[in-house]
Amino acid sequence: MRELKLFDDPKNVKRLLVIFFASLLVLLIVDFFIHKHADFPWEEAPNFFAAYGFVSCVFLIFIARILRPMIMRDEDYFESPADDRK
Amino acid sequence: MDLTPYAINLPPGIVFIAGGLLIPMFSGRLKSIWMLLLPIIGFITLNTTPAGNHWAYQFLDYDLILGRVDRLSKVFGYIFCIISFISTIFALKVNDNVQYVAGFVYAGGALGVTLAGDLVSLYLFWEVMAIASTFLILARRTKASQAAAFRYVLVHIFGGLCLLAGIVLTISQTGSTAFEHMTLGSTASWLMFIGIAVNAAIPPLHPWLSDAYPEATVTGAVFLSAFTTKSAVYVMARGFAGTELLIYLGAIMTSIPIFYAVLENDIRRVLAYSLINQVGFMMCGVGIGTALAINGTVSHAFCHILYKALLFMSAGAVLYRTGKIRCTDLGGLYKTMPLTCLFCIIGAASISAFPLFSGFVSKSMIISAAGHGKMTVVWLLLQFASAGVFHHAGIKVPFFMFFGHDSGIRTKEPPLNMLIAMGLAAFLCVFIGVYPQPLYEILPYPVDYVPYTGAHVVGQLQLLMFGALAFCLLILSGYYPAEMRAINLDTDWFYRKGGRGLYRLVDTVFNNLNRACDRMLAQGLTGAVNRFAANAPARASRWLLTPIHRLKGRDGEAVDNFRRGIQYAFDAGVVPIGISAAVSGLFVVLLFLLR
Repeated sequence: MRELKLFDDPKNVKRLLVIFFASLLVLLIVDFFIHKHADFPWEEAPNFFAAYGFVSCVFLIFIARILRPMIMRDEDYFESPADDRK
Repeated sequence: MDLTPYAINLPPGIVFIAGGLLIPMFSGRLKSIWMLLLPIIGFITLNTTPAGNHWAYQFLDYDLILGRVDRLSKVFGYIFCIISFISTIFALKVNDNVQYVAGFVYAGGALGVTLAGDLVSLYLFWEVMAIASTFLILARRTKASQAAAFRYVLVHIFGGLCLLAGIVLTISQTGSTAFEHMTLGSTASWLMFIGIAVNAAIPPLHPWLSDAYPEATVTGAVFLSAFTTKSAVYVMARGFAGTELLIYLGAIMTSIPIFYAVLENDIRRVLAYSLINQVGFMMCGVGIGTALAINGTVSHAFCHILYKALLFMSAGAVLYRTGKIRCTDLGGLYKTMPLTCLFCIIGAASISAFPLFSGFVSKSMIISAAGHGKMTVVWLLLQFASAGVFHHAGIKVPFFMFFGHDSGIRTKEPPLNMLIAMGLAAFLCVFIGVYPQPLYEILPYPVDYVPYTGAHVVGQLQLLMFGALAFCLLILSGYYPAEMRAINLDTDWFYRKGGRGLYRLVDTVFNNLNRACDRMLAQGLTGAVNRFAANAPARASRWLLTPIHRLKGRDGEAVDNFRRGIQYAFDAGVVPIGISAAVSGLFVVLLFLLR
């Protein structure tokens, strides 16, 4: 079986990251040159969506980390002792 | 091309159900052709049927309308036929008639619900869906799937009963079985709303979905992802459009599941949570209820069915080849499953609403509708959920299956039929994303919406790409919650643990009651009666003979001795005939006196 080894090469990973960060930069710059038609005033703030996207995801992970100890259980949590006897 | 003379004049739902039940009669290639023909017949029938009510029948005292065809029902009908076709291609190599029959009857139920013009046939098809879909979970034939299917069907029986109660009340109050728009207020409307909400997986009634879908068969999950929730979206859009409560429920529904999806280890469970999140957008759109919002809801349901099926197919292909589906067990599969990986990424890009992919042209309508309505909090929540979707469904699913740490698993692409099915779905995701016009043209209301504006494209790309940046930074810093072999508690805890608690409570109460009754009645009372009956002759003799003995002028010790003598005679079974005769005689006299 032929194997793809695209990302085994650190150079390729680096290339991907460079493209990724470059596109982020482009997005930040382009934002200043587009015409906005907003429903809310903050949508017109420069790079609002970039900030909101970043903050949202950090918030998501922050809350998920707090939530985890509360809701995480062993995989056999719901199995009753009676099931084991069978 | 007019196909009317060739079209089979049966409601598409019935074509699916009847045709599905005939599947076991066929074998080999003929079976495949038969199964692929059914969705095509359904699609053509639907396409050639003009708007209006068709296929009206009399059942008991009710007029059943099996074909209310209008712009709203047609879109859902089309996509149900399309996804049945694709799912069938995906399932062609499965050698299990149970799954085929269940799949088609289930899809037929969904089509029946979509085209039902009255409440009675709506309910009948609703229950057909619930029962048939259960077999797609049972068919996995594992202990976990049996248990999940049992819980699944119980929840749906509850939902179905709520719907039935609402329908019965409505019919008894109005005398009409028509299924029309309702306002939430009366008991009947609330009961129907709850019944539909169960199928739509609105929190806190949602956990059946994330519980059962990941336990279904590889191909069953693809069917399941399409029909139950989306037919509920249709029924909500038909019955409760503009219900304000749905806006808030929908907004909550988009947000809560993404926390679970981030923590979840089972890939198909991640997809199940993201399914709930996506249906949240649709519920929100139904709640807003404007033409733009309903168009957004319907088109989002259309696109969602395609990309969610695509994601379930790619996860299913991985499960099919590796037998594993947990993030902790997978990784690095792009090396040997590049096509599956590509299709998964297309599904992920579509669900994340990347420009040029299908989610972008549909979800944006719902969010814009919230914006036009100046619903600040709802809008912020929907945008938060959009970023969150990309985080878990867009990045996490492909990343942990196909990239991430190399699990060392070396396998191969799934069979050709699976690749074709995924390819078809992927093509449609991209096609709709690039060229949404055909979809926009079949929506319920005329579309006056342009998804590709500079502000919109850049805004969406910023939201997603900077979300991705957060993912990268959090993964690299080690702050991202590590994948763990564990489960996460959801509201199903209440009936899974609560059910066990109830079982224990009932066990304690009723078994103790049983034991108490046993002691009192079986052992106590029966023993007493027994002892009484055994002693009765001796006692009766004593009662009857002692007064006579006294009449003879004897008393004190002589009477006691006489009484002991009687007892002794009965215990030893040596009763003189004279006494027996005397007792019998006295008994007869007594009867005569008491007569």
